[in-house]
Amino acid sequence: MPRLNLLFLGIGLLPAGWWVIGLLSGQLGANPVETLTRQSGDWALRFLLLSLACTPLRVWGHWHTPMRLRRQWGLFAYFYAWVHLTIILVLEHELDMLALWRDVLDRPYITFGMLAFALLTPLAITSTKGWQRRLGRGWRRLHRWVYPTAIIAVVHFLLLVKADLREPLIYGALLSLLLLARLPKRT
Amino acid sequence: MLIKRPEPIAPSEITPESVYQARRRFLALGAAGAGALLLPRLAGAATLPPVGAFGTLPSQALAGGEALTPLDSITSYCNFYELGTGKSDPARNAESLRTSPWRVRIGGEVARPGDYTLEDILQPHTLEERIYRLRCVEAWSMVVPWVGFPLADLLKRFEPTSRAKYVAFTTLYDPEQMPGQRRSVLEWPYREGLRIDEAMHPLTLLAVGLYGQTLPKQNGAPLRLVVPWKYGFKSIKSIVAIDLVESQPTTTWNQMQSSEYGFYANVNPAVDHPRWSQARERRIGEFFKRDTLAFNGYAEQVAGLYRGMDLRRQF
Ligand code: HEM
Repeated sequence: MPRLNLLFLGIGLLPAGWWVIGLLSGQLGANPVETLTRQSGDWALRFLLLSLACTPLRVWGHWHTPMRLRRQWGLFAYFYAWVHLTIILVLEHELDMLALWRDVLDRPYITFGMLAFALLTPLAITSTKGWQRRLGRGWRRLHRWVYPTAIIAVVHFLLLVKADLREPLIYGALLSLLLLARLPKRT
Repeated sequence: MLIKRPEPIAPSEITPESVYQARRRFLALGAAGAGALLLPRLAGAATLPPVGAFGTLPSQALAGGEALTPLDSITSYCNFYELGTGKSDPARNAESLRTSPWRVRIGGEVARPGDYTLEDILQPHTLEERIYRLRCVEAWSMVVPWVGFPLADLLKRFEPTSRAKYVAFTTLYDPEQMPGQRRSVLEWPYREGLRIDEAMHPLTLLAVGLYGQTLPKQNGAPLRLVVPWKYGFKSIKSIVAIDLVESQPTTTWNQMQSSEYGFYANVNPAVDHPRWSQARERRIGEFFKRDTLAFNGYAEQVAGLYRGMDLRRQF
């Protein structure tokens, strides 16, 4: 693995490493389960936005390095989404799959969260060079699904807050910028 | 317990556990045999130290013998949007709240309305400790040793008229002291209310302390309500006005989203919040959830207040 990717692999694992240390040393606050649920969701969304920032940075900033990290960041988004879902399944629903499924059906913010997770899954699986080759032109078409996925993830966040919309609105604004930056450049 | 969680708290705020436990044992001895809900009154009036310990108080454990939530969890994990919407914001922003001097206006349908100093409010009352479960609408819970006195005792002093059907409470509004109020996350000031029979119920407490100490600011100092069978948001903090009124008052969360937060807000495992189940709860300090009890375990004492009501609709 190139050195840059190795470095960012280490950086990307810092939040997860901190959770393990924090859990063992009791530094995740009075409600560690809530802290983990929220922070894993936060990091899934942050990495998703980072992966979406690579192309605009290249096109508008003429900065090419991030492109080399795009796949890794996308996979980190999936990794943290998976941690997020696992925490919810194990510690919220105590492995009661039926309860999780009822939540998906009954509660719109969970519906959106699950939809985002489901949409990310094929993207994560087909992120390898091998799949890229096998799918040819279809690969790009498939991976454009990341745009609606990111929108769905932000809606998930918007729907789950009780009163203070500030944070999801900030993510929403960033995402809008990243999507607008993809409109064809006029010359 | 699996998790230890050191949190920054002023040393002056912490009762050494040994002292506290010794006091508790002493109190348990004293309270043994007092089966009635209200303990006999001690002679003498309450004196409220600006900060510090209350000394020995009569105590009633009304949380089924469940373990107390550690003080540092109670003071570091708070929902008090006036001091910020994050759980740790209130502890961080608490300093800006000035709890002394403090005034409370008593108004509406009472024979003796007026604007009173906190000292006037507290002076005739005898403080006691009450250990209650606290169930937040967000499906977590604690066990808190409050220090306070029954709200009924206060209301009776001001002689409610026959038109007093509800009690309305208001929190301080002062964005200078309460940085959370600089944004309109909720409609300030925070308001809550009870039906008069709920307010007069002997479990309903006005609290001025917890863990034998003056109430920390982030927990609603200097005067807050505690209604143990209702979701925590009913237990309004930092009260500056108590009004007896004829019709059901507007309450903040109900006004914000009436489909999610009812006026009654009785703890009810059978009625879900639209966005999450209320059937189970996470006790702070525990990893897995436990079943939520009807009326938070106080059904025997309070279910009678709601006889004939459809609690699924009037939630
Ligand atoms: C790509 C997928 C997902 C992303 C990007 C995502 C993102 C987020 C974010 C940003 C938060 C808010 C964190 C905060 O308050 O700071 C959150 C919270 C939450 N998410 Fe997700 N999420 C995803 C999938 C899911 C799934 C599949 C579920 C459930 C099955 C789920 C359930 C929840 C729950 C229950 C909360 C938290 C609630 C709370 O403590 O208030 N999410 N998520």
